Amino acid sequence: MKREPNKFEEAGQAILQEINEPDQEQEQHKRSVWSVVSIPLLAILTGLIIGAILIAATSSSVYAAFGESPWRGIGAIFSEVYQAYKALFTGSIGDPVRIINALRSGEGSAIRAAFNPFLESLVQATPYIFAGLAVAFGFRSGLFNIGVEGQLFIGAACATFVGYAIKGLPFIIHMPLAFLAGALGGALWGFIPGLLKALTGGHEVINTIMMNYIAFRLTEWLLSGVMTRPDSGGMPISPLIEKSAQIPQFFKSPIRFHLGFFIALGVAWLIWWLLFKTKWGLNFRTVGANPRAAKYAGLSVPKSYMLAMAISGALAGLAGAVQVLAVNRSMALGLSSGYGFDSIALALIGNNHPLGVVLTSILFGTLRNGATRMMVVSRIPIDIVDVMQAIILMFVAAPAIIRSLYRLRKSKEGEETVFVSGWGGGQS
Amino acid sequence: MTSNSQVIKRKKIFEIPPARKLFMGIVEVLIALVILLVFVLNTEPQTLTTFVMTPGGIDIGKMADWVIPTLPTLITLTIIPALIGVYQLIRGFGRATNAMVGLSGLCLIFGFITWQAGGSSVNLAGMLTSAVLLAVPITLGAFSGVLSERAGVVNIAIEGMMLMGAMIGALVGSITKNAWIGLVGALLSGLLLSSIHAVLSIKYKINQVISGTVINIFSAGMTAFISQKYLQTNQVLNTPPLFTRIPIPGLANIPLLGPMFFNTNVFVYIMFILLIVIQVALFSTRWGLRLRSVGEHPQAADTLGINVIKTRYMAVLLSGLVAGVGGAFFTLGSVGRFNEGMTAGKGFIGLAAMIFGNWRPLGAIGAGFLFGFADAIGSKLLLLGSVIPPQIMAMAPYLITMIVLAGFIGKGDSPAASGEPYEKE
Repeated sequence: MKREPNKFEEAGQAILQEINEPDQEQEQHKRSVWSVVSIPLLAILTGLIIGAILIAATSSSVYAAFGESPWRGIGAIFSEVYQAYKALFTGSIGDPVRIINALRSGEGSAIRAAFNPFLESLVQATPYIFAGLAVAFGFRSGLFNIGVEGQLFIGAACATFVGYAIKGLPFIIHMPLAFLAGALGGALWGFIPGLLKALTGGHEVINTIMMNYIAFRLTEWLLSGVMTRPDSGGMPISPLIEKSAQIPQFFKSPIRFHLGFFIALGVAWLIWWLLFKTKWGLNFRTVGANPRAAKYAGLSVPKSYMLAMAISGALAGLAGAVQVLAVNRSMALGLSSGYGFDSIALALIGNNHPLGVVLTSILFGTLRNGATRMMVVSRIPIDIVDVMQAIILMFVAAPAIIRSLYRLRKSKEGEETVFVSGWGGGQS
Repeated sequence: MTSNSQVIKRKKIFEIPPARKLFMGIVEVLIALVILLVFVLNTEPQTLTTFVMTPGGIDIGKMADWVIPTLPTLITLTIIPALIGVYQLIRGFGRATNAMVGLSGLCLIFGFITWQAGGSSVNLAGMLTSAVLLAVPITLGAFSGVLSERAGVVNIAIEGMMLMGAMIGALVGSITKNAWIGLVGALLSGLLLSSIHAVLSIKYKINQVISGTVINIFSAGMTAFISQKYLQTNQVLNTPPLFTRIPIPGLANIPLLGPMFFNTNVFVYIMFILLIVIQVALFSTRWGLRLRSVGEHPQAADTLGINVIKTRYMAVLLSGLVAGVGGAFFTLGSVGRFNEGMTAGKGFIGLAAMIFGNWRPLGAIGAGFLFGFADAIGSKLLLLGSVIPPQIMAMAPYLITMIVLAGFIGKGDSPAASGEPYEKE
């Protein structure tokens, strides 16, 4: 059958407009920005409040103070939470006093050191950007990719292998090559569930989860066998990558801020362009919004699923690659602190939009970086970040709760819904 | 209504898509080929395999060792999946497709052990006994899934509910020094998390998969938080009493089956009781019919006067209770302490077992045993001196899950309205 591009493009455009983007007039623009941003912001605020409650409820000094007198107890709650969140802030943004002193002294090294917490937050945000884009791209295409963690591991393994096994290449070739190897590994790992969904209807949620576990075992095996460092003494760790494969860091150690952050911003822009400015992106989004309608409009739904999963996997693979090539310089099992799982919450909070993903990634990077400091100062386990993220995700996914909590009025615009249905869904 | 739904059911069952038929046939033929090429061709004739039929540490229900010639056994094990596969490709098994794939998988697993232990001996009974135990969390996870999905609510939060149940079970059990109270604690934690899932997905109508993900992330974070804050710093809080083996008088003396099913952990008995209860309640009572109709066609159920919302709440809460039991198994029935992330995807594999078992308790337990068996071999590999690295073998349950799932979803007996929030018109 001969395709008529104009016709189905029109149909796709119409469907998308109806489902995704209700009429937006210029004057409404300001209000719509608030309506998009208000729910995530309030969700984050609520997450921080619940985190504070958790900190207070598990602090032994609070209980000790309550034993003395209720007023002391309340005071202890505030001082405990203040201490913890102060550590969170100084650990992730920087200590204002120190920054001002450093700026006054005018010493380059002191200024850099004072700003390091913030730069380190950006370092932490970098893999989040890639992983969040992976999840967001999947959602936009009607796929729920829970397999980002596994794709990240495979991507990292591929990038590491190219990084250390190939020798003698110039930087200008070797680094991009290792980076792309990561994308390729992740793409393959994402493509398999996409293929299974397209061919047999096997739901990507279960399949990507299974691929996660397979990826963990596979990297475990690789790192303790084929890819192990010769002098590691049985530790599952890979050799160091070649200097020519490293993504350069801008400053001297211990500041780890690196070029990868800007690459991530570039990729985010690329994904935005692909999704919203090209015919391909339109097709992906049409299938994602309504597979049945997309089929009638003449699009190949299985093809879209396969391709979208591969792209999503490639982005996840880049998250692993950037971490290895820019920060760790070798691969070990503790490569990821759950970037793949956090990125699901992240993408949803960022409204599955590349810009939203970048902003939320910086927030998440900041939270995680600050939580490390919080753990040192107040002995609060870093996993509190996961709890907060789950709570934020819950509120973002169920805006009605936030609205009733803060007595907000419901916006007139249609709400962004994510199209993931039950096991039967997707295939029409 | 009954006659009408029967017609719909029958149509659905026999409408097995060609892609799935083909895929399963190919898988079965591949299994036969693997047994032939890897096992049969690498076995010397005259080799004998000895199966020890009494698990270690058991003094009732003993059985003599079982010595079989390796090669003829393996050849038989090649022929079975080959015949199944060819028949599947030509005619198809219809309703029995899943069971036949399961049988072929069993041939592969059994063939592997027979080959691996050729010329020496292996404790098959011990393996089967541990397979039953390993099947417990998977099967309970599958039961949990059956309960909520039959009412039309997808529950991918089973993993998180089990993890939380495991931790709360260990904590409460350690504090009270009573495993039963620990179990009650795990039940309550499952109930609490499932009520969150129910409110989010039924009342607020948020996407059920996302609501489940919220609970999974929350549980992973919360259990790790509490574990680091309390359990690791204070070991007294992480030494729950274990449920010990309870022999059932008389039945425990049956060779092989006695040690496997009647002289074992309380959780195995709970699993079988739940199997009967859920099977009967869902398929032989009016309550079950109502619950299933809500999952199948909520609008119609509502018209007939069934309270869809209430039914769904009840199903999800029951699902949480069962998941709580499954979680308690880890700390109170098997390991005896809580470790972070110790459920290791068993909840998700349980979901796969549910789908493999066609959303039926009986099928789910069958699938659970298959997964448990694969798991048991993985952990015994080192003892067998196998050339296959343990990490690769550890992938087996996940790989099997994926193969099994290919093409099963959205067909067969899947509740039609699963995953859709109900909106009253």
